[in-house]
Parts: sequence; structure tokens; C-alpha cells
Amino acid sequence: MGVDVTVNNLTKSFGKQLIWADVSLTLPAGEISVMLGPSGTGKSVFLKALIGLIKPDNGSILIEGTDIASCSEKELYEVRKLFGVLFQDGAMFGSMNLYDNVAFPLREHTKKSESEIRDIVMEKMDLVGLLGAEFKLPGEISGGMRKRAGLARALVLDPEILLIDEPDSGLDPVRTSFINQLFIDLNAQIDATFLIVTHDVHSVRVVPDQIGLLYHKHLAMYGPREMLLSSPEPVVRQFLNAQTVGPIGMSEEKDADQLAAEKDIQLPALPPIPLQLEPSNGIPRRSQRPPGEWCRLNGVTPPPGSFTKEAEHASGSQQG
Amino acid sequence: MSSTAARVLAPVGTAGKLFAFGLDVGRGLFRRPFQLREFLQQAWFIASVTIIPTALVAIPFGAVIALQVGGLIKQFGAQSFTGSASVLAVIQQAGPIATALLIAGAGGSAIAADLGARKIREELDAMMVLGIDPIQRLVAPRVLACMLVAVFLNGMVSVVGVAGGYVFNVILQDGTPGAYLASFTALAQLPDVWIGMVKALIFGLIAAIVASYKGMNAAGGPKGVGDAVNESVVITFLLLFVVNFVLSTIYLQVVPPKTG
Repeated sequence: MGVDVTVNNLTKSFGKQLIWADVSLTLPAGEISVMLGPSGTGKSVFLKALIGLIKPDNGSILIEGTDIASCSEKELYEVRKLFGVLFQDGAMFGSMNLYDNVAFPLREHTKKSESEIRDIVMEKMDLVGLLGAEFKLPGEISGGMRKRAGLARALVLDPEILLIDEPDSGLDPVRTSFINQLFIDLNAQIDATFLIVTHDVHSVRVVPDQIGLLYHKHLAMYGPREMLLSSPEPVVRQFLNAQTVGPIGMSEEKDADQLAAEKDIQLPALPPIPLQLEPSNGIPRRSQRPPGEWCRLNGVTPPPGSFTKEAEHASGSQQG
Repeated sequence: MSSTAARVLAPVGTAGKLFAFGLDVGRGLFRRPFQLREFLQQAWFIASVTIIPTALVAIPFGAVIALQVGGLIKQFGAQSFTGSASVLAVIQQAGPIATALLIAGAGGSAIAADLGARKIREELDAMMVLGIDPIQRLVAPRVLACMLVAVFLNGMVSVVGVAGGYVFNVILQDGTPGAYLASFTALAQLPDVWIGMVKALIFGLIAAIVASYKGMNAAGGPKGVGDAVNESVVITFLLLFVVNFVLSTIYLQVVPPKTG
């Protein structure tokens, strides 16, 4: 149920432009990880490297003993059957309606009868709230619906690893909350390893078990949610709290002048750490840990007001 | 220095990649399961975008050859061979070339645009991620469909071209129907038909492979798709005319011309 993904010293550049270097992390089996980073830091490239669509220059990606970065084409197609991937725009096949899109992996990879396929497709369509839209073409529906349809398609083969590229881009806040809840419920249900790439700070604060931050061509930090949310590290702190004060500028890094001008400005106090979202049926997920556990075990005092119901909304007022 | 070398050698790299892609396709052609449905759909689609333009091109092609050859042959005083000469020209050259133009211009551009659009919408990535090789699933059936349709188009151009030549020769040049028809076999022979078909088959293969390669490597949004279509048509034209020259040369060397 869910598999580990171990990434070692991964480096990728396009021509002379380095995207990121020496990224090492382990996505723990069955846990939800989020990869964060300012726009243009190669988050999507990282995700594509994980499924072997982009060959890294260096390093390895181990999944069940197969190194995706160096394995043969045939092994790659085999390993990919463990994956479900939701692309940014859903990547639905434009010539097929939603039903056929979702049924596609089943028809290609399994010998299920049409009625079995129908049951599975309808179940997944129901899960993402698309019942009634089965026979629409991808061009006829909104971006949010395409995204949910893409999720349904990613789920039909019961993946062990689910990779999700910017689930919240182009979705309104309500739908974003719904889709976040859906990820938590899904994780509770199928126990797959999740990796979500996003830059929606609110989702990051409440959804994942693990958070990673890509910044300035390297992995700035990767670890449990509470570790990053209570971290005094300026980059992490600036990004997770969506502030202008800090080392990240409009275009990648700030220059020395700007940093000097800011040096007297106090970073605002860390906002309280919110409670993690729980499955809607109330049964805890297998990988879920009690709130505050990491802080307690590591002797870190969480910001005042953490792990209360109110903390969830406190982060919103801290912006600016 | 190295950047100049890199720039000069870039076309070699592209040619190599195209060739490697061709080999991948060749392997994909024999991999099971065969995508019959996709093949039939594509064959029908390519036929539907090429049949009418091909017929419309074939008529003036045949007519021009008939007029040109007819006029020339009259000066030699060999009117009775007009039919034979125009059959030779249409079947050996005009048929495959008209087919090539249409397969590349109408069929190839449609394939490049289709695959290019799928590429930039990440559909191809999604397919690979779902564990399906797009070369086997999408490209192989298109290549086969293109080859099949090219052979049929070649047949159609030959028939329409010869018929067009007949009409122009008989009506405009006062040729006699009997002499036109009777001289068919005087110079033309059966291998002429074979080489026409072989050419068409190879043209279909090249057009489909180039179009698929360009489409699958489109990059940079909608403009990239436009560029891919444009490049695929230009490259295919160049390749097809070169290949036509090579095949014609080999054929004329290998198969002795029929002597009256």
C-alpha cells in the first residue's frame, strides 16, 4: 500500500541553464508530500523527472528497486503503471469524451468487460463530482472540471503513487478546499504515496504530512509539516507565510541593496500552525500523526495559538 | 569555435534523431496489440482530406503532360505514340509526385497538427504516464494508414491523369482515340506500374514519419505547433523529391526500357 520514492542527488539542466542540483529526498510510503517553490523553480520539471518524462543529468530515483533515471524504456513503462498523474490542465484526450478518457487506461491495460469498466468509471466520476458530465468533450467544460476529470483518470488503475501538478491553479477557493479535502479522503482510502506540486500557501499549511521547498536551484528544506511551519529559516518562513520581506525577490533572488534596505525590518512573528485536515469520515489516516507531535519530540516550541481551530484562519491575516 | 561547430552540425543531429525515430516507428509497427481501430480511423481521415484535392490536381497534371508531350511528339512526327508517352509520364512520374504533394501537404500537415496539439496539451505525456507508448498507439497506425492511402491515391492519379490526357489529346489536339489507346502498351510496361506503387508506398512512409516526428517534438505553445506543421511539410517535400530522383534513377538503370 503505497511505495517509497527515494531521490538521490538529482540534478537537471537545460543546456547551460541549471534547473536544480543535488535534490535528495524520500517520499515516505503512504504519506502526502507537497513540493513548494516560487514560480519557475522547476517544480513541474521535478515532477516530470519522477515519472521519467525528463531524464535528469545526474542522480537516481528509486521506486521498488527500479532506478527511473537509468532504467530501460520497457522497465519504465512497467514502473509507470504504479503511477497516477494529474497534469496541470488535466491533459484530457481532446478527441474523447470524459467517460472514454477515464475508461482509457482500463481499456488499454486490463481485460475488464465494458460493464465492469462502467462501474469503475462511474465510481471515480462520482468521487470527483462529475456525474452527469460523462459525455461532454474536454473542450466543452471548465478548467476545474477538466482537472477533476484528470484526477478521476489518474485514479482508475488504483495507483500506488499519485503525482499532482498544481491542483489549485484556476480553481476558486471553495473548490480548492473541496479538492484538498478530497486528497485527504483519497489518501485515507487508497493509502497511496502523494506528491502535490503547488504554490498555494493555504493548502500547504493544512494538507500535507511532508513539505519540501525548492528555491534557488536547490532543495532548501524537506521534512515534516510542523518542522517547516515552525522553521525560523528566512526563505522557508517568507514563502510559507507569503511575505515580501525575506530573501526571495520578484525575480528569483533579491540583490544586496534590497536586502540591506530590509535588514532592519523585523520578520513578522510566525503565525500559529493550523491543524491538519482530517478525513471527512473522522477515521484517521494511517500516516496521520497527532498534532504537535513533531514539535514535542524535537523540543521546538510551536508559535502561540498553534493546533487550535482558530489557527486555521490566522495565516490569512498575516499577509503583507 | 565549438558553438560554430555545434551550429553547423545541428542538422546532422536532427537528421539522426529523425532516423532514430523512424527506427522506433519501425519497431512499433510490429508490436502487438495492433491498433486496428486507430488505423482505420486514420486511413479514412487521411483519405477524406486528400481524395478530392488529388483528383483535382491529377486532371491538369495529365492534361499538361498530354499537351506538352503531344506537341513535342507532333514535331517528331510520331503522333501515334502520344498515348504511350503520356501514360509513361503519368504513371512513372506524375502519379507518385502528385501523390507526394498531397500526402505531404494535406495528410502530413494534418498529422503534424494533430500530434503537435496533443504534445503541447501534455496529452502525449499523459499517455506515456498511463504506460502507453504513443509511437505504438498513435504513430504506427498513422504511418500504415498514410502508406495505404498513398498507394490508392497513386492509383487514382494514374487513372485520372491518363483519362485527362486522353480527353485533351483527343479533343484539343485532334488525336485519334484509337491511336491513343492502342499505343498504351507500345512503350509502357507492367514494371512501370509497380515502381509507381512502390514510390507511393515509400512517400507515404516518409511523409507520415516526418510529420509525426515534427508533431511529437513541437514545443512552445500554439506557435510551436504551427512551426512544426510548416517544417514538416517543407522537409517532406524536399525528401520526397530527392527520394523520387533516386528511385527513378535506380529504376531506369535496373529495368530496361521497352523497345517498340
